[in-house]
Amino acid sequence: MSTPYAKLPGWVEYGLIPLVNLVVAFAVAGLVVLLVGESPLEAAYHMVNGAFGRGEYIGFTLYYATTFIFTGLAVAVAFHAGLFNIGGEGQAYVAGIGVALACLWLDRFMPWYVVFPVAILGASLFGAAWAFLPGWFQAKRGSHIVITTIMFNFIAASLMNYMLNRVLKPLGSMSLETRTFEAGGQLPRLDWLMSIFGLSVGTAPFNVTFLLALAASFGVWVLIWRTKLGYEMRTMGHSPSAARYAGIKEARIIVITMMISGALAGMMALNPIMGETYRMQLDFVQGAGFVGIAVALMGRSHPAGIIPAAILFGVLYQGGAEIAFEMPSISRDMIVIIQGLVILFAGALEHMFRPAITRAVLAFSGRGRTQAAVKGA
Amino acid sequence: MGELAIELKGIDKSFGLVHANKDINLKVRKGTIHGIIGENGAGKSTLMSILYGFYQADRGEILVDGRAIDIRDPNTAITAGIGMVHQHFMLVENFTVLENVMLGAEESWILNAGISKARAELKRLEREYALDVNPDAVIEELPVGLQQRVEILKALYRKADILILDEPTGVLTPAEADHLFRILEQLKAQGKTIILITHKLREIMAITDEVSVMRRGEMVATRETAKTSVEELAELMVGRRVLLRVEKGEAHPGDVKLSVKNLTVRDSRGVTMVDDVSFELRAGEIVGIAGVAGNGQSELLEAISGIRRAVSGNVHLGGEAIDVTGHADPAELRRRGLAHVPEDRHHVGLVLKFEESENAILGYHDDPKYRKGFVLDIDAIRADAEANIQKYDIRPPNARLKTANFSGGNQQKIVLAREMERDPDVLIIGQPTRGVDVGAIEFIHKRIIEMRDQGKAVLLVSVELDEIRALSDRILVMFAGRVVGERKPDASEGDLGLLMAGVEGPKEAAE
Ligand SMILES: Nc1ncnc2c1ncn2[C@@H]1O[C@H](COP(=O)(O)OP(=O)(O)OP(=O)(O)O)[C@@H](O)[C@H]1O
Ligand SMILES: [Mg+2]
Repeated sequence: MSTPYAKLPGWVEYGLIPLVNLVVAFAVAGLVVLLVGESPLEAAYHMVNGAFGRGEYIGFTLYYATTFIFTGLAVAVAFHAGLFNIGGEGQAYVAGIGVALACLWLDRFMPWYVVFPVAILGASLFGAAWAFLPGWFQAKRGSHIVITTIMFNFIAASLMNYMLNRVLKPLGSMSLETRTFEAGGQLPRLDWLMSIFGLSVGTAPFNVTFLLALAASFGVWVLIWRTKLGYEMRTMGHSPSAARYAGIKEARIIVITMMISGALAGMMALNPIMGETYRMQLDFVQGAGFVGIAVALMGRSHPAGIIPAAILFGVLYQGGAEIAFEMPSISRDMIVIIQGLVILFAGALEHMFRPAITRAVLAFSGRGRTQAAVKGA
Repeated sequence: MGELAIELKGIDKSFGLVHANKDINLKVRKGTIHGIIGENGAGKSTLMSILYGFYQADRGEILVDGRAIDIRDPNTAITAGIGMVHQHFMLVENFTVLENVMLGAEESWILNAGISKARAELKRLEREYALDVNPDAVIEELPVGLQQRVEILKALYRKADILILDEPTGVLTPAEADHLFRILEQLKAQGKTIILITHKLREIMAITDEVSVMRRGEMVATRETAKTSVEELAELMVGRRVLLRVEKGEAHPGDVKLSVKNLTVRDSRGVTMVDDVSFELRAGEIVGIAGVAGNGQSELLEAISGIRRAVSGNVHLGGEAIDVTGHADPAELRRRGLAHVPEDRHHVGLVLKFEESENAILGYHDDPKYRKGFVLDIDAIRADAEANIQKYDIRPPNARLKTANFSGGNQQKIVLAREMERDPDVLIIGQPTRGVDVGAIEFIHKRIIEMRDQGKAVLLVSVELDEIRALSDRILVMFAGRVVGERKPDASEGDLGLLMAGVEGPKEAAE
């Protein structure tokens, strides 16, 4: 039953409950670490230190967070219209073509601030195009978006394989990647931002795409809660029958929503391609599309929740890499387990502790009067 | 007599700024039927939800059979012998009756043993209380009246001695309601205690032993039913004298605003729901469509308003055709002056998760006056919503409150206000006063007649025959998808009743 037995104050709803969920997730993760014969405390230390210990580490954490903000927003936007876009992975991957083309075309004779907007456009167009087809199939033929977007992830993988093998790879090169971009295809790092806090980014690829991610978050908020399109999307997401009554055209909303979602997922490609490696490599998305689902779930599909959730996953990635590095008996797969636990407790089992916490909060605030409980009866 | 089944002492409950229950005291005697009445938003459902453990009271005590108990959740309530049939059913639609009844009371991990036991117990209950339902029927295929019986069975199966029914007759046909009351009498005869919330004072007079009246969160009176009257109760509820009869003058019908010719509509399974229906609706008149629920009225309204595609037929709005068999666009029909209050406010007329102000523009969100450049003009939207709240006395007067948190009757007013305040030419209304209190019914009826007198054409569908007769200038009776007769509003109830049952009476001249 969805009706909560009691309405909780905001700090419990959005603060305490997520926190308890996280703590439990980490506690269970700790047990797993114990199981492989390592110290959970040491692992925790490396996790925190690895994510925040130095300016450079923070830079890495935020670099990953940038990626997850985009994919999280993509899932959230679709979710508001009642659509479950699992295809962020493929949309981001294909969007890489848009970024790469813009860079390969312009990087030699244009500064980054000219190339960047073109690349944003390219990423959005290719991402949107890749999401358009599943949307269109759903709207016109009723093929379920969950199925089609998954299928499109596989198609994207093959397509990109082909593109990197046959089209975008420079002649004579052995590795599956484009050529390295010149200065115009390289985004500036956010040294200045870090230095405000007296930190240095070091080698971390923390770049201006982060600012674009923040802008996109604000844009999504405006779109969902302040525009007619967002209103129509939400109406459809909550109640398709009310949407029909209101004269909202379902097919149109599905297609447009999917394209916006795909464009957001696509912008993710800017971060690794123009912000880190300065070339497009095989498999550059590395599961970020799927992490976006967890981020959107944790962030309750609201930009204000997605940003912290993306940072949390940034911490898991960056801190997790540090654990794997410092504690050789813990492999990277272990990190995947920890991430899985976070998703499990903060997403799927979100309501597990709610009744107990509700009771505790009510007892503390002195509402439940001490009365004899029913015995036997 | 004396023994109390339930005693509430000083129950107090607030939702933020809304003080829903103020220091409520209530005594319900064992083995009686106790009515609770009150305006929309008076706090009836809240009080019962506290008794059933859905909400926690901020203060106060609950005594069941004389013992104070702390009802923390519905499970405690059930253990204490309290059962509830909600205003909106809580059944699993694609489960069978038996599965629904067992749900949550399975008794063991292995279902099979439980199932045969449950089946036997269900049989016994059905016999004892004359509650015939097929245990293997799937819920979504049952009419509402039967779904409600399943809710009652669910409560009895959990050994409820005290049964709370929140507006049980709101969705029932008169015959179904009669049957329900027979069941309730039966339960009472077996010593069960029943608390009944309703807006229909007739029902209170017919079936309750005592009645308590709530107003604005307070319990203002309790009366022995035999010693009170409909007029007194209405006045106690609203705090002023209520006009229980509708006053309206002659109709002055003008041009034809809506014409329906040979309209045929099928439902998703291909069953013909509207069968070759034709009629005309003129400016300045109210045409009522009477009929037992499920005889095609809903589908007729849906087809005219462009939500459901018709199979064949022609519909003209203000002389221009509506593409009812193709792509009629509800948004465009609205722009052409057609307003529609749908029968099902929860699934169609409102988005329950929206703020009130967001629902106040549903379907009209395209209006340029709600736009400011790229974005919606939130201030303009809220201003309009607040004007409606004032005019229709929607409570609490908070345009930012989530719609689900308004009481049922106030939700209805949100829809009515939205559709009536757009100055439409043609107004189509399904069940205008379902779940609405007497004071508000008076207001809504007045508004409908006002609209007629301003020269609007009104098409009214209601399962309340009284309402149809009070408001309509002409009555069309639908049976099995066809219009089987037309009558004047002064036709006898018996005559209309026969028509509604599909028996063609002697033709009274309609014109
Ligand atoms: N969960 C909630 N959050 C906030 N306010 C609520 C909530 N539930 C009820 N209210 C408010 O409490 C008041 C009492 O509501 P309640 O549903 O008890 O009225 P009611 O007497 O049952 O009315 P109706 O006859 O229309 O069903 C209303 O003003 C309502 O808006
Ligand atoms: Mg109620």
